[in-house]
Amino acid sequence: MIPGPFDYHRPDSVADAIKLLAELGDEARPLAGGHSLIPMMKLRLATPDHLVDLAGIGALKGIVRDGDRIVIGAMITQHELLASETIASAVPILRETALLIADPQVRYRGTIGGNVANGDPGNDMPALMLTLGAEYTLEGPSGSRTVAASEFYQGAYFTAIEPGEILTSVSIPVLPAGHGYAYEKLKRKIGDYATAAAAVVLTMAGGKVATCSIGLTNLAETALLADDAAAAVIGTTLDDASLKKAAEAARAIMSPAGDGRGPPEYRKHVGGIMVERALKRAAAVAR
Amino acid sequence: MAQAKKTQVSMTVNGQPVEGLVEPRTLLIHFIRENLQLTGPHIGCETTHCGACTIDMNGMSVKSCTVFAVQAEGAEITTIEGIANPDGTLSALQEGFRMMHGLQCGFCTPGMITRAHRLLQENPNPTEDEIRFGIAGNLCRCTGYQNIVRAIQYAAAKLNGTEFKEAAE
Repeated sequence: MIPGPFDYHRPDSVADAIKLLAELGDEARPLAGGHSLIPMMKLRLATPDHLVDLAGIGALKGIVRDGDRIVIGAMITQHELLASETIASAVPILRETALLIADPQVRYRGTIGGNVANGDPGNDMPALMLTLGAEYTLEGPSGSRTVAASEFYQGAYFTAIEPGEILTSVSIPVLPAGHGYAYEKLKRKIGDYATAAAAVVLTMAGGKVATCSIGLTNLAETALLADDAAAAVIGTTLDDASLKKAAEAARAIMSPAGDGRGPPEYRKHVGGIMVERALKRAAAVAR
Repeated sequence: MAQAKKTQVSMTVNGQPVEGLVEPRTLLIHFIRENLQLTGPHIGCETTHCGACTIDMNGMSVKSCTVFAVQAEGAEITTIEGIANPDGTLSALQEGFRMMHGLQCGFCTPGMITRAHRLLQENPNPTEDEIRFGIAGNLCRCTGYQNIVRAIQYAAAKLNGTEFKEAAE
């Protein structure tokens, strides 16, 4: 379990990191918390010649409120998300989701930037970012650009990041007061990836769903935004028939792989149940 | 690629400044066990699951099989070897594991105690559920979790100066 050899670089600014990645070319990888990349390197599924460690870059470390958005630096760890008052009050679903990622040791190291940028369909944050309408800032040799999470995921481990670019921050619109939220994750044990998971953010008005968005984790090659499922509950009181309709609409876009977590039929079945549970719990939290 | 050039690393381990020359790919657990000859932290799964290699690094519990030694440059590290009281007597956690039979084969114990050490720093009076959630990154293949939880409760009570009471079965 010893990774292949590589050279280690630890720049102290984003500009230096980008410069290094440009100079070192295709065989260089940025290193965030390393809790996806290092295990891959130990299995020799990743054999980069150079690692550019982002841990020394202070500019990637903040959580700030910027008008009607919360901007989170890419190197903020899951543990730091959990400790943040700003996150707890403005985006409580982010806290709820971070608590369901891996285990304490991994949360001390794993970062939000790594979680969303890796393009692993098993990661929990991508579906949440779709649900929240988040945007990612990418910085590279030709400057900075913003990409919506909904435009970012193209396939398993395949994203809109161009070679030489670094994801530097995640920007989330502040949710309306009184919104309801839930992240329902079925997993075999603590630390496992989801067998199926669903994120829901909604608002209620007069006992009916006013707005709703639903994201799905580990039920396709990428995280999914379940628009039809969300549309199926808007204007309803979340009665049983509407919940069933939402679950069916969500199942229609799922295409999970069969693996140790179950065959595709099972994962789609429980995926729909996660949608129903998340909708019900989100509505119960909404004011 | 060919052999990468070696890098000098320095850090503080159990209060002592240490240094060494490592390849960048050297995992922190290997540096600690082989270069520093501190064999308390164990290599269990080597896949970030089991927690036997847990150390305390800059106030955080870390699986040292999933950190490169070069990433620990300048870090403050505590291993199980640094957990006992300065006078050499058992720490409250070590005493708890002894009194409550918190170990069977003992393989997971260094990681369990080191993790529990940080857990009690962050949450000096955890509930049973908080303890179980807090040690979820450490596996005991003897499955001796009941007594591990009791051991941590014993230590928390001792550190808080309260009496340890067994929960009713």
